This record gives sequence, C-alpha cells and structure tokens, in this order.
Amino acid sequence: MTAPVLEVRNLVKTFAVKGAFGRGRGIVRAVDDVSFSIGAGEVFGLAGESGSGKSTIARMVMGLSQPDSGDILIDGQSILGRGTSLAHRQQVQMVFQNPGASLNPRRTVGQSIRVPLDAHNFAGDRRARVGELLEMAQLPAHFADRFPHELSGGQKQRVAIARALAVEPRLLVLDEPTSALDVSVQSHVIELLEDLVAQLGLTYLFISHDLSLMRNFAQRVGILYLGKIVETGPVAPVFTAPQHDYTRLLLASVPVISAEEEALRPTIPMIDGDIPTAEQLLALRELSQTKEFKT
Amino acid sequence: MTALLSVRNLDVSFTTYGRRTQVLRDVSIDVPEGAQIALVGESGSGKTVLMKTVMGILPQPPAKVEGGAILFDDRDLLTMPERDRLRLRGTAMSMVFQDPMSSLNPVFTIYDQLGTILKHADRRLGRQRGRRERWARVLEVLEQVRMREPERVARSFPMQLSGGMRQRILIAMALLSEPRLLIADEPGTALDVTTQAQILNLLRDLVTRQNLALLMITHNLGVVRETSTYTYVMNQGRIVEQAPTAEIFAAPREAYTRELIAAVPRLTGRAT
Repeated sequence: MTAPVLEVRNLVKTFAVKGAFGRGRGIVRAVDDVSFSIGAGEVFGLAGESGSGKSTIARMVMGLSQPDSGDILIDGQSILGRGTSLAHRQQVQMVFQNPGASLNPRRTVGQSIRVPLDAHNFAGDRRARVGELLEMAQLPAHFADRFPHELSGGQKQRVAIARALAVEPRLLVLDEPTSALDVSVQSHVIELLEDLVAQLGLTYLFISHDLSLMRNFAQRVGILYLGKIVETGPVAPVFTAPQHDYTRLLLASVPVISAEEEALRPTIPMIDGDIPTAEQLLALRELSQTKEFKT
Repeated sequence: MTALLSVRNLDVSFTTYGRRTQVLRDVSIDVPEGAQIALVGESGSGKTVLMKTVMGILPQPPAKVEGGAILFDDRDLLTMPERDRLRLRGTAMSMVFQDPMSSLNPVFTIYDQLGTILKHADRRLGRQRGRRERWARVLEVLEQVRMREPERVARSFPMQLSGGMRQRILIAMALLSEPRLLIADEPGTALDVTTQAQILNLLRDLVTRQNLALLMITHNLGVVRETSTYTYVMNQGRIVEQAPTAEIFAAPREAYTRELIAAVPRLTGRAT
C-alpha cells in the first residue's frame, strides 16, 4: 500500500494563555494528541466548533506553526522543520474562508495568480498558464484583467482556488471555503472542488463547522472537541450512528429542512452555556441511559 | 386588518454617485400578533433594508422610501411624527442584532448598558422607575434569557462573557421594555452550531411564553423551518413566494424557492 498523502501523528500544540485583564494564566492544549491520515483523492473532513483546534491543525499542516510534539508527513516524508519552504508550498496549498480578504485588492486576478508562478520559477508561458488555471476554476480567461472588487464572492473564491492550484499541489487545505458564500453559490463551488478531484487527483483536508456540508462533501470525517478527535470514520456511519456524546450534540443542533433529516437528529436536551464541558457531556450520558433519551 | 405589523407595497431606492437603484419593489408582509414569521433571502435580496426601514434606522439619503406604508397597530410609521415613532422603537417593537461583539460597548458593564436603555425607554414612555427597580428589571430579563447568575453577568464587561452569552444579552436588551414585536436579524449566525441551537430554542420559547410576534430575518432555511409558521421568500427586492412554512418546504411553487431548497446540503447525504 502506498503512503497516505497526509499523515498526522499524535500532534500536540499548546498555548500559554492569560485570563481577563491579565489575571490568572494557564496552558491550553489547543491540539491534543491528534492523529489521522488522508489517502490520495480523498476528502477528509475535520468538523468542530470554535476553539476545537481545527484551524491550529491547518496552520501546522501548512507549516505556519510548529507542533510541540508529534509528526506531520506528506507522502511519507516529515515536513517538520521545513517551515514554509518552496518545496513544502509545492505540495500543500490552502484556500481560505474569506476570499474578499485573501485576495490583494490592488492586484488584478491575473497578477494574483501569477505570484506563485513567479515564486516557483514556472518554466512555461506564465500568461498562458494563468488562463489555463482560470479555466480550471471555470472562469473565463479574460477575468485575468479584472480586480477582486469587480467579482462576486463565488467568483473570488474560484480565483483563490485557481491560485492555490498554480503550483500543482498534491493536497489542498480548505478552511471553511464556502462559509462566507450564499448557499446557491456554495453548491457550485463545492461542485467545482469535486470536479478538480476527478480531473487532477487532488486530496483535500476540508475544515468546516457545517455538518450538513461535511456529510455531502467529505468521505471520512473527524469530530474535533477541545483539541481531541473524539470520533472518526466514514461519514455515513458517523452521521447515522454517532458514538460520542459530543457528536450527538452537534448533530442535534443542526437546523434542518426535512423530516428525514429530523429523524436522523438525535433528540437530546439542550444545555445552556457554551461549548459543553466534560461534566456536562457526562451528565448527558447519564440522561442518555434513561428511557426518554433516543440514541 | 388584525396584523400587528403590516408592510404594504413598500418601494425603497438607493442613490449612489447619481445612480438610482431600486432595492425594494412592492414589498408587502404581515406579522399578526403573536405569530412567528420568517423572511428568507440571500445576500443582496433586500431583507436587511426592509428590516431597517421598518425600524426606522435606514440612512436617508442615500436611501429613499418611494412609496408604500408600514402599519404598526394600524398606524403608519412612515407618516407619524418622529416623536411618536421614537416612542415605539425599542419599546413596542425591538430588534435583536446579529453581531454580539459590535453591538455591545466594551467599556461599560452589562448593567450600565441595559440600565441606560431601560432609562431612556422609560423616559420616552413617560414611566417612572427608580434605580432599584431598574436593577430588578435588568436581573429579571437576564433570568428570562436563562442566565444562571444574573447578578454576576450584570456586573460583567462584554469581553468577560462568551459569544453565546453576549447573544443572549442582546435578546435581553430587546426584551427590556416588554415589546410586542421582536425583529431578529440572523441571530446566532456568528455563533457555533450548538450555541446557535440554544439561541433559537430560547427565542422560540420566549415568543410562545410571552406571546410575542417574531419576524425572523435569515438566509438559513433550516432556521426558517425551525422558528416560523409562515414564510416570505425574498429575491432581488421582491417577495417571490409566501406560504405557511411547511408548505414552502413540501411544495415550493416558485423556481427560485425550489433552487434555494435544492442547494441546501442535507444531513442525510445526497439523494441518490
């Protein structure tokens, strides 16, 4: 068996924190012993709420920050210590959440897409390559002369995808790529991303808090809760028969639009407060053993 | 007509750099007393402009109300004297804003902010309420939004509270002067899904228990389904479809509504 495109082993990252007004301090284990791997052509989803560590994992995979311990391998090679080198960039690229902020407003679309080509000393005709990349993102080639403000949100995100594809990476890290978009636009961007997997054999690490989207786009999913993956597996069983209480709570919280989906949602009493603590989850588990609790 | 709020044939335009754009075209909606109504649309559909026009917080210019009427209790908000309108805003009709961080002042405690609002509302309505009664009323609404320690929360600064708690403060703010109509603009969308579920639960609970009318403005069809009994679908400044919420999902008539529903990813996965 060939090595997975991305393998993350026992990743740990901690941050020192201060309390309100500088009072009190402590250590937050933002990522706590996280392991997963993604095979070629696969879409692996990391789902979690704010503070779950999903963006911290993305940053480490991108080489933007270093883990305290653990290892990250791409095609079997550790990337630790390579930082943001060109060699690493050649393999992994990222598509950010807000295309309005991730594109330079003073550069034309063509200039933005050329940046990685120039940085990596692309050998061929760079102008032609820009046109080719726009076409891959299903945008007309003349968009190269436009500025970001002339484009809609969905078009901007297509430009960001074209730019990420410029150096022919193996792996794309998609950090909430459609959460700033309208739902009708979202479905088209997702279709594009799926087409690209089929055409180019890309592999995605897909980060999102949108469980319904996760169900449709990812093949396997890891549910992150306070820095730990509490449940992982192919999407169908995780969504139809969640094993962890937190997964159940997440699923129960999704607003849905049909009776079939409603039937799938576990019914659990809602907790008032924010991200539930371990004690609250434990309390949920006790509730789940009483008869009115549907599992 | 028995509707508490009735928007009739509203036309609103914006003029920027000498160019006039019509943003609301012949919009009519009704919110009966105690009803839960949703207004759904994508960005640019005009739903926020409609909400701002109703609340009277639309900047004019650049905006201009070209025609129509907004009846609240059968009185037209657009033609009544400004003094009367001020008396209604934040009292009989209030608003729950979307972004809990930018709607709270970071340098005042929660009590400072809620207390001030209450004081001004009382003054507008010509009510007398002493300091101690004001404190009691603030604690009462904090309890209504299920704050476990209302006294501690009242003395806190916004940054000491979590996102979900701040959103609940904004709901408490809207409830202070016992409104009859609550207009909610995408509450909870800035929050995590578990927190959003709590906020929607809380709103649902409050409107039924206090017999409030709720106008829920959102882009999320799931939120529409879970918080309303009647739905207006808005696209490009027009109401394109209106029906009981269950009907909208069971048998959408307009192509636009059908496309919108089809674009929503399902928790059950793709239909095969």
